[in-house]
Amino acid sequence: MTDVFLDPTKRGHWTTDQDVRWCPGCGDYGILAAMQFLHTELAADPATEIKKEDTVFVSGIGCAARFPYYMDTYGMHTIHGRSPAIATGLAVARPDLNIWVVGGDGDMLSIGGNHLIHALRRNVNMTVLLFNNQIYGLTKGQYSPTSEVGKKTKSTPMGSIDPPFNPISLAVGARANFVARTHDLDRKHMINVFRQAQAHNGSSLVEIYQNCNVFNDGVYDGIVKRANRDEMMINLVDGKPIRFGAENDKGVVIENGSAKVVNIADVGEDALHVHDQANPDPSVSFALSQLANDVNSATPFGVFRSVEHAEYASAVSDQLVEANNQMGPGDLDALLKSGATWEVD
Amino acid sequence: MGLQRPRDRVCIRPLDVLDNFGPKGRSLTDIADRLDSESLDHVVIRFAGDSGDGMQLTGDRFTSASAMFGNDLATLPEFPAEIRAPQGTLAGVSAFQVHISENPVHTPGDIADVLVAMNPAALKSQLTRVRTAGTIILNTDAFDERNLEKCGYEVDPRTDGTLDGFTVHEVAMTTMTVGATEDLDVKKRDAERSKNFFALGLVSWMYTRPVKPTLDWIKEKFGKNEAVVAANTAAFHAGHAYGETAEIFGHRYQVSASPKESGTYTNITGNVATAWGMIAAGQLAKLPVFLGSYPITPASDILHELAKHKNFGVRTFQAEDEIAGCGAALGAAFGGHLAFTTTSGPGVALKGETIGLAMSMELPMVIIDVQRGGPSTGLPTKTEASDLMMAMYGRHGESPMPVVAASTPANCFDMAIEAVRLALKYRTPVMYLTDGYLANGAEPWKLPDVSTLPDISVSFTTEKNGVDDDGNAVFHPYARDPETLARPWAIPGAPGLEHRLGGLEKANITGNVEYDPANHALMTDLRQAKIDGIKNDIPEIEVDGTGSGDILLLGWGSTLGSITAATNQLRKQGKNVDRAHLHHIHPFPANLGDVLNSYDKILVPEMNKGQLVKLVRAEFLVDARPLSKVSGLPFTAEEIASSAIELLEANAEGAK
Repeated sequence: MTDVFLDPTKRGHWTTDQDVRWCPGCGDYGILAAMQFLHTELAADPATEIKKEDTVFVSGIGCAARFPYYMDTYGMHTIHGRSPAIATGLAVARPDLNIWVVGGDGDMLSIGGNHLIHALRRNVNMTVLLFNNQIYGLTKGQYSPTSEVGKKTKSTPMGSIDPPFNPISLAVGARANFVARTHDLDRKHMINVFRQAQAHNGSSLVEIYQNCNVFNDGVYDGIVKRANRDEMMINLVDGKPIRFGAENDKGVVIENGSAKVVNIADVGEDALHVHDQANPDPSVSFALSQLANDVNSATPFGVFRSVEHAEYASAVSDQLVEANNQMGPGDLDALLKSGATWEVD
Repeated sequence: MGLQRPRDRVCIRPLDVLDNFGPKGRSLTDIADRLDSESLDHVVIRFAGDSGDGMQLTGDRFTSASAMFGNDLATLPEFPAEIRAPQGTLAGVSAFQVHISENPVHTPGDIADVLVAMNPAALKSQLTRVRTAGTIILNTDAFDERNLEKCGYEVDPRTDGTLDGFTVHEVAMTTMTVGATEDLDVKKRDAERSKNFFALGLVSWMYTRPVKPTLDWIKEKFGKNEAVVAANTAAFHAGHAYGETAEIFGHRYQVSASPKESGTYTNITGNVATAWGMIAAGQLAKLPVFLGSYPITPASDILHELAKHKNFGVRTFQAEDEIAGCGAALGAAFGGHLAFTTTSGPGVALKGETIGLAMSMELPMVIIDVQRGGPSTGLPTKTEASDLMMAMYGRHGESPMPVVAASTPANCFDMAIEAVRLALKYRTPVMYLTDGYLANGAEPWKLPDVSTLPDISVSFTTEKNGVDDDGNAVFHPYARDPETLARPWAIPGAPGLEHRLGGLEKANITGNVEYDPANHALMTDLRQAKIDGIKNDIPEIEVDGTGSGDILLLGWGSTLGSITAATNQLRKQGKNVDRAHLHHIHPFPANLGDVLNSYDKILVPEMNKGQLVKLVRAEFLVDARPLSKVSGLPFTAEEIASSAIELLEANAEGAK
């Protein structure tokens, strides 16, 4: 065994010996690399000193859900849609662990939508990575709950009819306390967002715009291609007015509860919305999330909200302590005799 | 034996005499004689009224008082699925049957000796459940035109001969309850609601139940509301006094304490016994208990009971749905907790995929199915044992798992521990079956000495257990124990043992994803062999009888009481009947085949259309015959006995 495997600040330490089986060119490779590099940083950081034995990746079913096989940590590759529920049980049982939940848009928003919203509202300590490629990949190309209306796929030859979810809006609506968006082409941005999500005490949701180069190639090109980024990506920076554009001449205002892209020249700099990710009011986060309801709109990236709120698993543990204080440690013999009893001689 | 027609004798004793009444007080015979009561060896009493009349509470209290008195007993609560069906209608009738005896009791009684009917609907719906010449006590205040009409009586059944042959006591319970509470600061409407305590007082008098436990219980239960305590107490006293003074009840009955093994007893329902068994299993396994559950009748009480005992380190998680309840349990099992999920049939259907994953991951967990009438929503509050095939085969792929079943309310405690023992030792999900009858039924339970309960603890793996191709020490999650075929259980936090588990087929030993055909065949065989091997680790089935009877009654689950009672009846008639009961259904006990092959006639009574009987026929090629009941009610002993006789007589005609 070479040193690279023993040194947690090296990528090899976090990499399994299993061949990665995503299609060549898949966006998932970039996300995996970002995650492995993030862990080298977390391991080196004296504040976290994260260890692989304390880290668990939990996934459902789909291309993205193969992720745990490639991270040399503990892992569970479970069943379609259920990873947030399974991770919740693990997190409640073991609040000492760093738990990541990985899934695609079908896994998390279609079959597993119910588990996702409940995990988010409970604020269980886990970081959910939603790989959104707006398509079913592993089943070879059906439209997904994030596909645009009119999407022509094998299952919708005349175009899909149902409107898509906006995952950020959904998460905010479910009262998620940490919500962010990043994309698979910018490792630095991913690492930065993942780090903040992991540090947040509670459920975190990170939507990752991820390219499926086989069944939905280039779906986000209009936004994330280098040439388009300046005009189409709105960077959310905590404490700063929201502005973007190649000339830095555009911004975001919030009017009557709605977010709107404006030319700064028209409204003046003071009118711009100052991003406050700790603002507990979800309606502001929701308004910002509504800037991007399709792939042709300027789209916010970064942390939408990061709000402190009581974490579920620690609250469960607190109740155990409280019960112990009130009733004393459990005594089986006393329990069995806790109802009316009588003696037979 | 049953009740005799009351004679016109009245005996009046002050209530305080009764307060010390019980096995620990003065001699029972002595007191019974002085009270001029008639001795009965058993009696079956059925309380029935509107859902809002508090009949379950009344029955429950009578049961507790009887249990503390030392009777053996069995109960059968029956209530509608609706919380409040329309008042006064047949659909809204709630009933509670209790069988008390000085001898061992096996069933809640085939048919009631006494019916307490709080309204016409209760009388109409329950009349067929009272034996010929039985006793009926009616709350006449409820027999007005409107109530009669609501349940479809065109003529008052008290006047048209409907009740001929029964001993009928008409008691104005509501009026007398209101009268008894007149001096209290209670509104008339509220006072009327105490009428169930009047009924309880009256029946407690009739059957010489101790009074003090009920009065204490009223104080404890309603302590926060003094007016309610006062009203219920007054109603109870009034009912009791009415029995003593009214000439119509000339006579009272004594059912003596049942001789039992010495020890400390408590009265327990199946659901509480299951919950306590789960807590005990956590202690015996030295693991924290985790329950992932979603509310469902009739299993919810297990979640409620467990949630009260967080001081045992028990974590209860009410999930967003059945699937999440099971999933969360599986996640907790991966984290090293003792994981449970509790549900009823519809929930098991939803959990199937997750149970399959637990099988594939070979992680320990227990799925508790409190069966109810199906299919679909079926009969949520009625009992049935029709999930056996689902427990055995209700998953996709080849997915064998152990199935165990409890036979009595108290046995739920032992079987919960047994289910956990198997799950932990063999790293497998285990299906543990009870049913609505066990869940809500109660029986006296001799408490075990907790120091004698088995140690079922297992160890987590903390060391690497193999070498890779380059000779490096590694952890192999699917390297099995050669004896049990269980795989190592390594939990997050153990350095060097990081591994990934999943639902994809795994390579033998390494656990890596593997699609090789021969490997899949091998893994399928290994999973089956692991479960099959459990048959050598469970008790052999015991035959009650000579071992060479003319017929074997083979049962599983909650039919134990009815089958035992039927066996006793048949033996009294001179029949050569043997009886055996399964607590382990998958795998079967190692000797089951030999036992079955020594009988020409085998009858398998089941509360389904014949599920166990199919299993034993398929496995052992024996001519076992089904006896099926799916009416939402347990078997009566009579039903089993007459079916056994029919089969015995068929023998003579050479039907085999």
